[in-house]
Amino acid sequence: MRVLLHQLRSEQLIFWRNRESAGFIFVFPLMLFLLLGAFYGDETTDEGYAGIEVLLAGMLGYGAANTGFAGMAITLVVRREYGILKRIRSTPLPASSYFAAALASTLFVFALQALVLLGLGRVLYDTALPERPLSLAFLVAFGAAAFAGMGIGTASLIRSAEGSSAVVNFILLPMAFLSGSFGGRDYPRVIEAIASVLPLKYFVDLLRGVYLEHERAWSNPGALAVVAAWGLGGALLGVRRFGWEPRER
Amino acid sequence: MAAISVRRLRKSYGPLEAVRGIDFEVAAGEVFGLLGPNGAGKTTTVEILEGYRSRDGGEVEVLGFDPGRGERGFKERIGVVLQSSELWASLTVREVHAIFAGYYKEPRDVEETIELVGLGQKRDARVKTLSGGQKRRLDLGVALVGDPELVFLDEPTTGFDPAARRNAWELVRSLRGLGKTVLLTTHYLDEAQQLADRVAVLVAGEIVKLGRPSELTAGAKAEIRYRRDGELVVLETEEPTRALHDLTAAALAEGRELEALEVRRATLEDVYLELVDEQPA
Ligand SMILES: Nc1ncnc2c1ncn2[C@@H]1O[C@H](COP(=O)(O)OP(=O)(O)OP(=O)(O)O)[C@@H](O)[C@H]1O
Ligand SMILES: [Mg+2]
Repeated sequence: MRVLLHQLRSEQLIFWRNRESAGFIFVFPLMLFLLLGAFYGDETTDEGYAGIEVLLAGMLGYGAANTGFAGMAITLVVRREYGILKRIRSTPLPASSYFAAALASTLFVFALQALVLLGLGRVLYDTALPERPLSLAFLVAFGAAAFAGMGIGTASLIRSAEGSSAVVNFILLPMAFLSGSFGGRDYPRVIEAIASVLPLKYFVDLLRGVYLEHERAWSNPGALAVVAAWGLGGALLGVRRFGWEPRER
Repeated sequence: MAAISVRRLRKSYGPLEAVRGIDFEVAAGEVFGLLGPNGAGKTTTVEILEGYRSRDGGEVEVLGFDPGRGERGFKERIGVVLQSSELWASLTVREVHAIFAGYYKEPRDVEETIELVGLGQKRDARVKTLSGGQKRRLDLGVALVGDPELVFLDEPTTGFDPAARRNAWELVRSLRGLGKTVLLTTHYLDEAQQLADRVAVLVAGEIVKLGRPSELTAGAKAEIRYRRDGELVVLETEEPTRALHDLTAAALAEGRELEALEVRRATLEDVYLELVDEQPA
């Protein structure tokens, strides 16, 4: 337990000290929200929702995927290729503590980001506060964990540190777009069909349900199951293929 | 009890036999050098002992543990400097030490460790601002901060300028002073000679020579060189006293001078190059 807390503090120090991770993972989604928010203005969607609130729900989804999936995958690949994971492997820090701390750190960062998103929306665009804060808090934790699982799986498929950020965003950005993270989702059928297998679409559905329609998180068990399955699948792939040592040398 | 004992150790990568049945022991408190050219199998051997790689055959015991099992009690007691690795670039020297110290039950004092590896002036510098030699010191500090009994150093001085190498040597000597057992690998003979109590010369996966640095040159041939009518003559002999006596006696009898007469004892370098050349690469 002491070691776990120590490692969590270390992860936080490393995260905030590194300009790339703090900027790309934490600040970038906030900037995107401000920027897109300025475009949406006070539009109302066909379903009668405030455009800016639809965007906020979507950005919470993007944030989860960006922090959990992209952050976890890039961090793991970079540490693996630089030999940091290998170095840690020879210390008494148990692998379980390493991953538990990485997950807790991801959760912490995303929870903070979600709070700032809600706060910015409230102050700048007059968005509503969530009527089901517990359900939303659950989704934040659930989403960060599930996307972190996918990140661990994806890290095991990426070979080089240089390419990791590109590969991850090549997956993340189209997925976020197709899933309605950046606002509306009125796409042609083909694209909708593609989107309907993506975990982020279901996660955004869950967020919209809780934030816009004031549902409980578990009122959409199908979507929860899809996201959880992707997360578990990713984590299992990661466990099977995970390597502590650099692949490229 | 031996800190490390290795018997008939084997390791192949596909068809390549990287380590071909080697034996050696390292006593507690000893500095042991693995010397050999590129690709000899040094890193392979060391990483098997550290627990990173599996072996294909033979027996290995390190501090009474089988390193392959990766037990926590084992990891508490070893320190590792890898041949190449990096650490978090945006953290400071002190922060990196503190992170690693937190992984151990009974770590060394962080400040003291930083002083020990000579980074006292740099304790608040970011890792990315350190020079190559200073980064290597950081690697060493991080390996020592857990207060290990046994330290593995895989090419600790590669890439150092001569002065930095001297400093590193001092550092390894101070490890001996602390009573640590050290297993180090190197390409450099002078380094092995300066630091190691005993040296194993590893070539193409086999130990071709093992002993104290002074023993390695014992029994090696000496060279007698001189010029005769402008031509260089080289005699190799295991009995330089007798050979020289015969040679000078003959020259005196003929009233000749032996031009440019020279007697050379084989240096460790000669022995080493000979050993390396004998083996198919
Ligand atoms: N993971 C690996 N997969 C395949 N071959 C390997 C692997 N690691 C090492 N080898 C090969 O095994 C042989 C021994 O390599 P090793 O790294 O142990 O040598 P070394 O003595 O440490 O060399 P150097 O002085 O260059 O560091 C080399 O021929 C190398 O190419
Ligand atoms: Mg090597």
